[in-house]
Parts: sequence; structure tokens; C-alpha cells
Amino acid sequence: MAPSSRHRLLSVLVENRSGVLARVAGLFSRRGYNIYSLAVAPTDDERFSRITVVVDVESAPLEQIVKQLHKLVNVLKIVELDPYAAVERELMMATVSADPDKRGQVIELVEVFGGSILDVGVDQLTVCLAEEPSRLDDFEELVRPYGIVSIQRSGQLALPKLDRRARLRSVAQRTA
Amino acid sequence: MKLTGAQALIKSLEMQGVEVIFGMPGGAILPVYDPIIDSPIRHILVRHEQGAGHAAEGYAQVTGRPGVLMVTSGPAATNVVTPLADAYMDSVPLVCITGQVGTQSIGTDAFQEADTTGITMSITKHNWLVTDASQIPTVVAQAFHVATTGRPGPVLIDIPKDVSNGTMEWYWPEDPAAGLPGYRPTLRGHPRMVREAARLIGEAERPVIYAGGGILKARASAALARLVELTGIPVVTTLMARGAFPDDHPLCLGMPGMHGNFTAITALQKSDLLIALGARFDDRVTGRIDAFAPDAKVIHVDVDPAELGKVRQPDVPIVGDCRLVIEDLAEVIESERVRSAESGRQAPDLGPWMAQVRQWQERYPLRYDQPEQGVLKPQFVIERLRDATPDDTIVVSGVGQHQMWASQYWKFNHPNTWVNSGGLGTMGFAVPAAIGAKVGQPGRTVWAIDGDGCFQMTAQELVTAASERIPIKVAILNNAYLGMVRQWQEMFYDQRYSEVYLSPDLPDYVKWAEAMGCVALRVESPEEVDPAIDKASNVDDRPVVIEFRTDATEMVYPMVPAGASNDDVVVGPAQGEGGH
Repeated sequence: MAPSSRHRLLSVLVENRSGVLARVAGLFSRRGYNIYSLAVAPTDDERFSRITVVVDVESAPLEQIVKQLHKLVNVLKIVELDPYAAVERELMMATVSADPDKRGQVIELVEVFGGSILDVGVDQLTVCLAEEPSRLDDFEELVRPYGIVSIQRSGQLALPKLDRRARLRSVAQRTA
Repeated sequence: MKLTGAQALIKSLEMQGVEVIFGMPGGAILPVYDPIIDSPIRHILVRHEQGAGHAAEGYAQVTGRPGVLMVTSGPAATNVVTPLADAYMDSVPLVCITGQVGTQSIGTDAFQEADTTGITMSITKHNWLVTDASQIPTVVAQAFHVATTGRPGPVLIDIPKDVSNGTMEWYWPEDPAAGLPGYRPTLRGHPRMVREAARLIGEAERPVIYAGGGILKARASAALARLVELTGIPVVTTLMARGAFPDDHPLCLGMPGMHGNFTAITALQKSDLLIALGARFDDRVTGRIDAFAPDAKVIHVDVDPAELGKVRQPDVPIVGDCRLVIEDLAEVIESERVRSAESGRQAPDLGPWMAQVRQWQERYPLRYDQPEQGVLKPQFVIERLRDATPDDTIVVSGVGQHQMWASQYWKFNHPNTWVNSGGLGTMGFAVPAAIGAKVGQPGRTVWAIDGDGCFQMTAQELVTAASERIPIKVAILNNAYLGMVRQWQEMFYDQRYSEVYLSPDLPDYVKWAEAMGCVALRVESPEEVDPAIDKASNVDDRPVVIEFRTDATEMVYPMVPAGASNDDVVVGPAQGEGGH
């Protein structure tokens, strides 16, 4: 399910060391904060990892969550990403029932959503979509009548939207 | 220079200026115990690892330097969980070193293996599992840096046996903060916030300074005294801040909270401006939070940003070191004064507020009745002890009724003379913490005021005290009960006493203390109190234990029942309307 109004998206830059994820997860459970989704991987600089976490702000005020996270020695930077000022994606892989006579319909749906077919079986398809979480919900809804065998979602990823003026300026600088 | 990991560890501790380690050896830490023999660092062998932790806490609390403890893996590491949690709650700087099974054995359920860094993650400020001997100097330097800066707290270094047996080329890191990109405590208060705080102080008619343990951690007592002189604002000192501002100062109102005195509780409650300095709005201070100081604006100064707004939303939040912020604040107030005087503006007169405060003090004094003969009141023992000991005596307590009476009836006139377990409420804290305090301040008299229940939890550390010639003094207020629990059962469970009776003479405290190498005395009546204290004061070469047989029915008053508003403080029978 896509996050709702009770959720906020934090992008947390941490040191890429063993145990850091346990510290973050441990802090959430210790303080009674709920994690809605979590995605973590090293950044382009392998000394650091980025944790993209969707938190439930009904369980605790966002300000407290951010301040407590900041107290972790391995946490370098926390940014709250406003959905209107961020680009967001989530990856979904799904195995869907698709008898040969239904296969075409499922493939069509996947294409409409800009996804791809990863694997084809006798009466099943494994498909993959990288989309905004709410679009994944829509796809899930539409594909459900065919029979969902299993679904795996990655948790949300996001980056801030780029400042277009700044981008123009840098292009201008390049051409000058 | 090639060193083993163990040698590098001890050398790193020497580089940090460590003078004493409290600890106990065992399998996984064995390599490190060998170079200790050749080190100038004193090692104090405790009888239980928990004792090492509390001793290190006591040491840290009276010296302001980090306490160091060292134990082996597995059960030893789990035995220090309680002191680590205690130190985390009370922001006590500790560096705990634990042995760990060899790196190849980690995760195999090896003998004496426990996931020490995992277990202690939520009760340390940070912890490290060292995986190579070459990391040791860096990790030790970082550990001391993290433990002692910002909001102080315990840290833990877990060292696998093959790492301490490994070799490394010795070095010493110049800047411990270099490898900690995510750790940068804010020390200076924001100037605009400080000016805003000064403005609120200039307008308040019923201000109170709510001084917490952060004053002591920041060594801000002198700064606080200057602020009080400058403003004439009265001060309450929380359980963690007793002694941060002298009790004999006319503007000191003493301890607020569940068992605070009426005036301190009520002054906070009726205030129009709380100046919270290194305090954290603990539930034992605030009572029901939505009814706490309802008319007050709040200035909240704390070095830990997460404390600001955690419980009560401040009007003026200031992140910073208490001493630096108070000094800045005093400066701004002083220059504002000059400017106001020039422009003819007047600060509100605190006269009516102080008159009200004095009236509460007169009406609801801290008081108890000690009959001339017969039962011995615990408060009487504490008052006699207070009057018979030097002004700078260090008092260490356990947790429960005796702790509250000690905090109420002692007069703390110097910083770092009161050592107790405030946040975690760890029974058994007193004896080992007193040992650590005496080691840290060998020239001072150290009295542990303990309960009989608490004493039974960690008394074996008196063996440590006797064998190491650490002459602490212990006053057991023996009421034969888990007294505070008994009090709650009396008040809130219809006097149905469940599992709180301990017996006055099982164990025989005198024989037990003597068996542990102490001088031991028993006092059963008021007239025996002074001679026994005299005798104890003259013992200088070994620990002394006095067992005071006190009135089991005595209760701690005043009391704000749990979950009640601070408006509903219950005063004792001798304390209402001028007492009697």
C-alpha cells in the first residue's frame, strides 16, 4: 500500500558500517516509533549508505524521531522529503497467474504501467514495475482478479526534485 | 613499535589519563589482564561485575571524569547491563571494556558468548566491536570522546580475544573526532534564542529556575550562582541536581517532584516562567504532565536537542552546554539591565512572588516527629549524620524511601556531593557507587545511606572495599521492609502487604559486615545514634557499617501520587499548616 497522510519520508545518510541498520531499527522499536517501509543501500560513495524510511508520525512526532535518529553516532544527515518536492519510486516484483488465454491481458496491463516481464511460466508470469507507490497499488488492484501468487515490494526510494533554475544556470555556464 | 592488541588497549587507556579500572578478569579478557600488571593504572577487583559498573559511576559522578570498567564476555557483559542502563539514564560518562570470544567463534554460540554490542545498543551512547588490533587506539580515543562530550553517557568497547592477542604498530590518533563524521555536539546556544530567553526573564513575575543534573555535568554551578545573584530568581534542584546550587542559599527551594517539598513543587506549579537548565521534565518531577505548571512559559536549555520538546514544548528552546549558555544568558541580562536603567524601564518586582514562596515554606516545612525515646525515625538518623560530618561529605544512596529522605534532609552545599541512581532507580547502587566515589575523592568522607533491601543486593562489594582499603561508611536504615513498595501498598493497595517483609535480623547485618572485614555497629534507639556515628567517624582504615533499626511504619512525605497533578501534593501528618 502507498503511504498515507500519517506517513513521512526521511532520507537518512549513515556511515556504511556493520550494525548501523540494527541501530536505526533498534532506536525505532525502543522509542515506539513505527516504520512503514525501509530501503537501504550504499551510496555512490561506499563509505556511506542511504536509508530511505517511511515513518508513521501518528506513533510519535516527526521532530522527536528526527532528533533521536540524529543522536546515533553513525547518522550523518537526515532530510525530510516532501512528496511535492521529491521524485519517488518503489520497485514491485509480482508473480501473477496467467493461463495462456489470459496472458495477453496481463502483458498489456504491465505494458500500460511501463513494467517489464521478467519470467514466463506455463500458467504464470513474473513481472516487475518501478513506479510511484500509489501506481503500484493501482496495478495490484487491476491484476488481482487474475490471481496474485506472490508480491514483493522494495519500500520507497526518493530524491529531492531538482531546482530547475539552478540547472538552467549550470547549463548556461557550460555553454558560455 | 609493535604491540599486542592487549598492550595497545592498556597503553591507550594510559594515554587517556585513566588512573583506575574497576573490573574482574575472565576467559575472553585474559590477554588484557596481563599488561595491567605492568601498568601504573590501578585495578580494583570487584566481587560482581555489576559492582564494577556502579563503582565506575560513583567515581565519574564525584570527579567529572569518565569511569572505566573492564569485564569478560558473556555473563560478565550481561552483568554490566544494569549499570550501563543506569549510567545512560543519568548521563554518566563510562567507558566499559568487555572481552568477546574470538572473531572466528562469533555467532557459533561459543562458551561465554553473548551479543554484547547488540544487547547494549539501546543503553549506551555508542558501542564498538573491534575487529582488528590496529583499530584499538582509534576506538579508545573515540570512545572517551563520545562518553565525555555533548550529553555524557556510557560507551562500550567489545574486544574479541584474537584481537587482543593480535599485533599492531602503535600509533595515537591526534583527533578522535576525525573518524566520527556524524557526531558534532552543539555547545554554544543560539544568540537570538539567548536574547529571547533574557527578554522572557525580564518580563516574568513568578519565575523559577528548574535546575537538573545537566548543571553538574556541565560544571555550571558557578555560572548558575551568578545567574541567580543577578536575577534573584529562586531555584529548585532536582534529584539529579542536589548540590548544584547550595541548599543553604536563601533562594534555594530544594527538591521538587513526587517526594519533593511542598514549596519546590508548588513554586514550579504556580510559576509563569520555568527556566529549565539541564533538566528533562521527568515524570517524577512533573506529575501528570498536562497539569504541570499550566501557566508557565518555558525556557529549556539542554545539550541534547532531543530533550527539547520531548515532554513539554518550550517557548524558547536552546541547544547548548549549560555552562556556556548560562554565562551568555547572564551577560545578555546584565547588558539589558544597563540599557533598561538608562531608558527608565523597570523589570517586574519579584517581591510579591518571593513573599508567596516564603509563606509556603513557613506553612509546609519538611518535618517529622522523633519521640525522645522508643522508635528511631530514619529522618532523625540522616539529620544527625548530616550534622556530625564535614560539610563536603559525599552522600551516596540506593533507591527507595531512604534515598528520598536522604535527598530531603541532607543539606547539599557543594556540587557532586550527592550520588544516586535517579532515572533507572537501581536498588543496590549505594555500596559499589560509594566505593567508586571514595576512590575518586579519597580525601573526602563518603557515607552510603542505604536501605536494608538495597544493601542485600550488592553488599558483597564491601569485601572489595575491605581488601582494597577503601574506607567507606555505610548507614543501613533497616526498617525490615522493601519500604517504598510497602508505602505504596499501604496507600494504594488497602494495606495489603504483598512480599515486602524482609525481617530486621535475617541476615544479621553486624555479623555479615564483620565477616566482610568491616567495623560494624548496631543502633536501636535515638540516644545511641550520636555515639555510633562518632565511632564510625574515627575508623579510617577499613569500611564501617552501622545498622540503624528504624521505624517500619514511617512514610515519605510529601507525596504526589503517581499519575496525579502536582496540585494534589499530600503532605505528612507533621507537615501540614505549620506542623506541630
